[in-house]
Amino acid sequence: MNVTINVNGKDIADTIRPDELLIDFLRSHGCPSVKRGCETSNCGACTVHMDGKAVLSCGILAARCEGHQITTLEGLQEEAKEIGGFIADQGGEQCGFCSPGLIMACIAMFRENPHPADEEIREYLSGNLCRCSGYQSQMRGIRNYIAYREKKNG
Amino acid sequence: MFTAQNYIKPKSLEEAYALLQKRGNRVVGGMQWMKMSSAACAAVIDLSELGLSGIKDTGGAFSIGCMTTLRELEQNPAMSAFSQGAVKEALRGIVGVQFRNLATIGGTVAGRYGFSDVLTILSVMDTQVELFKAGPVPLASYLASAPDRDIVVRLIIEKNPATFTYLSVRRTRTDLPSLTCASCVTQGSGALLRIAVGARPGAAKCIELPLNEERSSELYHGKTEQLEEDAVCFARKEIALSGNLRGSAQYREHLLEVLVRRSIRQQLAKLTETATDHENRAVRERTQEV
Amino acid sequence: MGDYIENADRLRYVNHSFRKIDAEQLITGKPVYTQDIAPAGCLQIKLLRSPYANAIIEEIDTSAAMKVPGVEAVFTFHDVDQNMPRFTEAGQTYPEPSPRDRLVLDRHMRHVGDIAGIVAADTVQNAEKAMKLIRVKYEVLEPVLDFHTALDNKVIVHPEENWEALSDVGADRKRNLCAHDACGEGDIEQALAQSDVVVDRVYHTKAVHQMYMEPLNAFCTKDAFGRLVIVSSTQIVFHVRRNVATALGIPSSKIRVIKPRIGGGFGAKQTSVCEVYPAFVTWKTGKPSQIVYTREECITAGSNRHEMEMHVRLGGMKDGTIKAIDLYTLSNTGAYGEHGPTTVGLSGHKSIPLYHTKVWRFCSDVVYTNYPSAGAYRGYGAPQGLFAVESAVNEFSHRIGRDPVDVRLMNITEEGEVMPAYYGQINTSSRLRECLLHTARMADWKERYPSWKVTGDDGVTRVHSLGLSLAMQGSAINNVDVGSATLKLEEGGSYTLLLGCADMGTGADTILSQIAAEVLECPMEKISVCGADTDLSPYDSGSYASSTTYLTGRAVMRAAKELRTNIIRIGAQLIGRPEKDCDFDGTKVYHAAPAESGTYTDEEVSLFDIAAKSTGGNNIPVVVTATNSSEISPPPYMAGIAELETDLETGESRCVNYYATVDCGTPVSPALARVQAEGGILQGIGMSLYEDINYSKDGSMVESSALQYKVPARPDIGNIHVDFAPSDEKSGPYGAKSIGEVVIDTPPAACADALYNACGAYFRTLPARAEDIAMAAAGCGEP
Repeated sequence: MNVTINVNGKDIADTIRPDELLIDFLRSHGCPSVKRGCETSNCGACTVHMDGKAVLSCGILAARCEGHQITTLEGLQEEAKEIGGFIADQGGEQCGFCSPGLIMACIAMFRENPHPADEEIREYLSGNLCRCSGYQSQMRGIRNYIAYREKKNG
Repeated sequence: MFTAQNYIKPKSLEEAYALLQKRGNRVVGGMQWMKMSSAACAAVIDLSELGLSGIKDTGGAFSIGCMTTLRELEQNPAMSAFSQGAVKEALRGIVGVQFRNLATIGGTVAGRYGFSDVLTILSVMDTQVELFKAGPVPLASYLASAPDRDIVVRLIIEKNPATFTYLSVRRTRTDLPSLTCASCVTQGSGALLRIAVGARPGAAKCIELPLNEERSSELYHGKTEQLEEDAVCFARKEIALSGNLRGSAQYREHLLEVLVRRSIRQQLAKLTETATDHENRAVRERTQEV
Repeated sequence: MGDYIENADRLRYVNHSFRKIDAEQLITGKPVYTQDIAPAGCLQIKLLRSPYANAIIEEIDTSAAMKVPGVEAVFTFHDVDQNMPRFTEAGQTYPEPSPRDRLVLDRHMRHVGDIAGIVAADTVQNAEKAMKLIRVKYEVLEPVLDFHTALDNKVIVHPEENWEALSDVGADRKRNLCAHDACGEGDIEQALAQSDVVVDRVYHTKAVHQMYMEPLNAFCTKDAFGRLVIVSSTQIVFHVRRNVATALGIPSSKIRVIKPRIGGGFGAKQTSVCEVYPAFVTWKTGKPSQIVYTREECITAGSNRHEMEMHVRLGGMKDGTIKAIDLYTLSNTGAYGEHGPTTVGLSGHKSIPLYHTKVWRFCSDVVYTNYPSAGAYRGYGAPQGLFAVESAVNEFSHRIGRDPVDVRLMNITEEGEVMPAYYGQINTSSRLRECLLHTARMADWKERYPSWKVTGDDGVTRVHSLGLSLAMQGSAINNVDVGSATLKLEEGGSYTLLLGCADMGTGADTILSQIAAEVLECPMEKISVCGADTDLSPYDSGSYASSTTYLTGRAVMRAAKELRTNIIRIGAQLIGRPEKDCDFDGTKVYHAAPAESGTYTDEEVSLFDIAAKSTGGNNIPVVVTATNSSEISPPPYMAGIAELETDLETGESRCVNYYATVDCGTPVSPALARVQAEGGILQGIGMSLYEDINYSKDGSMVESSALQYKVPARPDIGNIHVDFAPSDEKSGPYGAKSIGEVVIDTPPAACADALYNACGAYFRTLPARAEDIAMAAAGCGEP
């Protein structure tokens, strides 16, 4: 079947299988940041935004995305560098495989809640697994980012 | 691996219903659980273009469209206020935000999932499942019925004043639950204590204890022992438990008692809180009058 | 606590923290992993897996599968000579201690998930479709599913004659024995008999999945010379080359192995689990092929931690002196022997030597069963053994009514001592005592041990409790592992560092650059890292056994020193002064000593000009390779204290604080060392409380997906507090030892003891699940 999906602000028209998952569509259309870590919606590595909300691209059919705005980390490079930079300063990106999904979830979190407390951060990002870091360094990075932003915005 | 030969976004519920009558066709909600299955569908029927998402507060009831996501339900302020946060509590452990942004209430109900936190809390509420053909049916009857070829269009939850609690036990905080327990104490005459237990591992089952005057007064006066005892006894008799990888039958028997007792104690705390709120408001109002 | 590092104030790169040199590419999601760079149009491979734990394929019919459009090939045991030499997937130095017990496709299925066929098609969907159409007739045999009865069982897991053990590890295939060892000193029975107290207990750890986020995957192409090029997410490029060559029966000169960025390994990628299949397909078809394991395949047929059962007898006196430790470990290697003979050794040799008891014994058997093959996972047998021995020390402390901290202070090994159970090595560097004392202070042990109660906002009262464990590991396998580095001066004055080890996300490339930068006195940006690639990299055993910083780090240091000397030689030539009178400051070679006339000169030549000179009329090498092996494996040490919050009624337990102090020698990058510690600790907590693998009666795994196999998510852990007590290890680069593995070792015994302090029951099987805790607390029997 034919679809047109808006990815990072550009319409992409292609023929897809009816059961094609969004993750596969995105990976084959210039969005390698979208990672598959499991098949059971548990790891969060495939997190992208659909109309601004964080969703699992391994859990939605590409066909359903017709007419919706999909954003991947490829479309949010500046934010990635900024938030990711604070995480990287702590060494918290480690292998980096979960980083794109984590940063996508972080961006969504900050849009909903610009000043999250530690428990809120843990809960909001609970769907993003990381096996390298033990989460502590990522938490330090996120806290530092929040402090930096609060300072910047007065 | 989940497969589908065709994908259809019907323009009306009639069309969706007609499509669903064909063997091999299936309606997808958020398809979070379905995509983990090895279901081979002839066609998936996507209801996302039918305006069936969203929560309407009609004053006397909530009307929740089947395509409403779990996250919308979790974040709905009216629902949180009505349930004193119990609905939110039931939702927050479900995998993660990006999962709950996709999973739908219709998919959850139609799946009749045994492990469902959502179905547990809905079971203690006055919940009707509105089916396209069969019309509204009580949630409990729907959950007890065999899978059919009707479409869950929306849920209707009557806003009968009550206090709610929600508890679950999980191996990890975002795992599927080992046992869930929701409770509700209705207000006014003929007050009831409802307790629903889910992840038995079967779908949530609800029991009702009439709160006669004696029990009510015990509860309101902080004496919960007898009520706890009665509720545990009744729950044990009525709610069948068995074992799976998230807990043996013996562990679930044990948890049932723990969670039922805790629910009643939390009810007491909530009732006291509510009573205090009422008193405070009354005092405030009186002061203002003066 | 960084006071012990010699010349710490003079170091400019080592012992400083930098962003990882690959950080920006990783955080912006650039295509740097194996799957991201696979060429379009690769054949997609799916593996047909056995539904039986022990079966012989009687017939296999692929005709219907071959008719599926897009299917290129379907391979079965008919395509592999069943009498050819067998191979192992273990990534180990030749001759591998792991037995060679595999064929690419074997007629004999030895576990649920063993591989009956390889399907290659244009798409994954078509490969799956074809896979379902393969008709197999199995002769189902009785499996060995209890590792206690595997030894001398009438069912032999490997009846075949071409099974081969290259190393003498005490194996006896006909007894289902993959390895056996026994060692010790002194009269153990007498020492136990003379002890006031003997703790005699059996401890059990189950299989554990590494849950690296990037699934096992590889792709394979042929180069211009017809050689196989395997690109894989692996920690061991050189061992993959040998394993695949043996599996295919082709010379290793026909194979090149490249590793891009890796999305986590933790030892799982020290086994060539998946590479052989695309290699086989591309070798047979001549076409590029790719395999990506599903998470289910990773969990059920990857290479999980060896299940072990450890019988400890620990004898001691009422005053707290430990007199004797006797350990017997039974290890379940599953259907194949990958890392079986070697992991078991660590269960004793990385636990008993913590204590300077003169009398000890360590015996072990590793048995074949019809479960999926185990493999390497961070800690490599040490977490199992330390769980047992450290738990026994805690139980001993409780028995004699002494504080476990005090008991340890009386008995731990000290720097300079000979460690009999650590192969007689001398304890060359240790601040274990400081680790212990400091961690106890961090945890406010004196005030808070053993437990206290906290009532939450929800009205539920939970118990907080503390538990302690020590740990040690090694730094590389002494006299075996080889670390190498090639360093090139490039035109323009920059450097290229070629490595054969693997940065798994740990930051190894960054750390090794820091070491080179320290010697060459140049900014990190001037060093480009390349590797690992068997055609380009100097030989390196690979990244495992906590070897990279310690071993390859030293090789980098040597290469950099040699290159520095050569740079000075060229510079001295250019300015016409004797080499001995010249020095290099990172940007220029200058005349540093008084001229023979007694006057100073200001002659100098820039690195740019030296690099230019190296490209024209030059006989002095600006490409140098250094290789490093070590006769000793100096242990890093650690103390860890778990603070658990346990709901005794539901059994739910969560680590709200973990306190740890690590002696890893000089932390080359303190930030990255900290992340290693935090990550390792959480993996250890996962193994202790949540991560559970069980099998159904037919031998298939119950927790076969990320939905069922639960690793800790963010809300499952509170705060992890890590400090360092660096000793100065003279044999390591700038005093460094290792950190990668020791950090996973303390949580098991620490959590078990914290649970004992919470509910009075001892948990001798891991994980201690909520159910076990609730039942024990409710008095429903021993856990």
